[in-house]
Amino acid sequence: MMLIDCPHCGPRAQEEFTYERTRDSVVPLDAAPAAAMATLYARANPRGEEDEIWRHTLGCRGWLELRRHRMTHAIVAVRPLGPAVLP
Amino acid sequence: MTGTRSTRWPQGRYSALALLRGALGGHRHWGRAWRAAEPRASYDVVIIGGGAHGLATAYYLASQHGIRNVAVVEKGWIGGGNTGRNTTIVRSNYRQAPLQRLLEHSLKLWEGLSDELNYNVMFSPRGALFLGHSDADMTRLAERGDSLRAMGIDAELMDVDAVRRLVPLLDFSPHARWPIQGGMIQHRGGTARHDAVAWGYARAADNLGVDVIENCEVTGFVREGDRVTGIETTRGAIAAGKVAICVAGNSGHVAGLAGLRLPIESHTLQAYVTEPVKPMIDTVIMSQSLHCYISQSDKGGIVAGGDPDGFPSYAQRGQPVRLEDAIAQAIALVPALSRLRMVRCWSGVTDMSFDGSPIIGDLPLRNLYINGGWCYGGFKATPGSGHLYAHHLATGQPHPIAAPFDLPRFAQGRTIDEAGVGPMPQHR
Ligand SMILES: Cc1cc2nc3c(=O)[nH]c(=O)nc-3n(C[C@H](O)[C@H](O)[C@H](O)COP(=O)(O)OP(=O)(O)OC[C@H]3O[C@@H](n4cnc5c(N)ncnc54)[C@H](O)[C@@H]3O)c2cc1C
Ligand SMILES: [Zn+2]
Repeated sequence: MMLIDCPHCGPRAQEEFTYERTRDSVVPLDAAPAAAMATLYARANPRGEEDEIWRHTLGCRGWLELRRHRMTHAIVAVRPLGPAVLP
Repeated sequence: MTGTRSTRWPQGRYSALALLRGALGGHRHWGRAWRAAEPRASYDVVIIGGGAHGLATAYYLASQHGIRNVAVVEKGWIGGGNTGRNTTIVRSNYRQAPLQRLLEHSLKLWEGLSDELNYNVMFSPRGALFLGHSDADMTRLAERGDSLRAMGIDAELMDVDAVRRLVPLLDFSPHARWPIQGGMIQHRGGTARHDAVAWGYARAADNLGVDVIENCEVTGFVREGDRVTGIETTRGAIAAGKVAICVAGNSGHVAGLAGLRLPIESHTLQAYVTEPVKPMIDTVIMSQSLHCYISQSDKGGIVAGGDPDGFPSYAQRGQPVRLEDAIAQAIALVPALSRLRMVRCWSGVTDMSFDGSPIIGDLPLRNLYINGGWCYGGFKATPGSGHLYAHHLATGQPHPIAAPFDLPRFAQGRTIDEAGVGPMPQHR
C-alpha cells in the first residue's frame, strides 16, 4: 500500500487515488496522427522510476503528477497539475 | 496436431507400466525430467522466458519444424512467473472472431496435450460458466453465445434453474448483491494444472534436444545495426540466429533493453486459495459484470481472483484493498465461502496491452520477435501461443490465426479490443 501526499489534502491512503496515464502520453489535441500514435502507444514501461498522472478521485479530485518507482513503489515526488494538462 | 514426435525419452516414457515398475522398486529409478543445461555459445533460436509460453514455443519449434538447436533462457526457475501464479482457467468463449480463432486453436491443443507431451497436465474440462446478473448481462451473453456458435464453438445459454442445478451454492435470492438471472457455459472449458504445463513442455522440449537454461537473466542484446545477433545474460553472451521474447509481465522491460517501446504496461494481478475442502464447486464460475472467477482445485482448495490492482507495477506484490474486493465478490456470489480460511494469496506481473489482446510477431529490429501482451488471460492460450509463435519463428511469416495480432495494428487502427475500453490498460 502507498501513502500519497496530496499537495492539497496531505497524506492519504492509496485507495482514494486512481492512476490515469504516464506524463509523457498526454496527446496534444493538434498532434499529427503519427505523433499521436507514438505518444499514446509507445510506453517505456520501465522497471524503475516513471512520471505518472494520478487523480485524488475520492478526495479533492485534483490531478497530480507522481514520480514513482514501479518496483519498490517508492514515491519520489508529488506535484499538483494544472487544469490544462489533460485534453 | 501430433508432429514428428520423438519416442526417444532418454529419461523413460511415463506410463502405467513404468509406475508399476517404480512401485516395485520403491520409485528409485525416476531420473530428472529435463537436463540442467549449461548455455552454449550459439543457437539457431534463443527464447527469452521459461514460462509455459516460451517452453511451448521451444517444444513446437522442435516437434513441428525440426528446429532443435534451441535454448530457453529463464532468469529464475521455469514456471515461476505467471505460469505458476494464475488461476488456470481455460476456455475459448470470447466475443471477437480473431480471439475466438486464437483461443479455439489453443483449446483443441489442450484437449490432446497430456498425450502429446506424455505428461499429465490434468486438463479438466469441467465447464466455464459466465453468470448474468441483469437483463443487459443476459443480452450480452446471448449475443456472445450466438457469435460463438456461428464460429462452431460450443456455447449454451442457461436460465436460472439450469444454473441452480449446476451450482446450487450460489446466492439465488432476489436480494443478493449480484442477483443471478442465468448464465452461459462452455462445457469444453475448465482448468489445468499450471506447473505441470511448464514441466511437461520442458521435459518434452528437452527430449527433442532443446536446452532449458534456468537462473540466467537476459540483460541486453547484441546488435549489428538494426539486426539482433544475440543476447547478453548473467551467464555470458549467447549468439542466436533469432531471438524470441516471451517474458509476459517483463515484456516492456526486456523490449526496453533493445531500445524498443511497446503498447504494454505492467500491472499486478492477485489471486488466493482457501484450505482444501470436499468438492463443492465443480465448474468454473465467472461473471459477465464482475472480474470474479472461482474454481476448486483438484486438491480441494477454492482458487479465486478479482480485478487487477489498477496501476503500473513490477513488484509482484498485491494491494490488500484489491484482495479484499476480490474476496468480497466471491463471498457475495457463494456465501458458503465465508466459512473457509484463506491459506495463501499471491500476485503476478501481467503484461497489459493497450487493446487487451496479445502481440505476436515481428519487432522493428531484424531477428527479434515478440510474444506478449497476454494481460491476465494467457494461460488458456499456452499451447496455441507456443504453436503459432513457433510457426512464425520457423517460417518468418505469421500463421493466419496469429496475423491479426501483429504490433502494427495499433498504429493502423486495427486494435482487437474485446472489452471496448480503449487504450487504457488500467481500466480492463
Ligand atoms: C493472478 C493471475 C491469475 C491469472 N489467471 C489466469 C486464468 O485463469 N486463465 C488464463 O488464461 N490466464 C490467467 N492469467 C494470465 C496468465 O498467467 C499469463 O498470461 C501467462 O501465464 C503468460 O505466460 P508466460 O509463459 O509468457 O508467462 P510467465 O510464466 O510469466 O513466463 C515469463 C518468464 O520470463 C522470465 N523472464 C522475465 N524477464 C526475463 C529476463 N530478462 N531474462 C530471462 N527470463 C526472464 C520470467 O522469470 C518468467 O518465468 C493469470 C495471471 C495472474 C498473474
Ligand atoms: Zn487531494
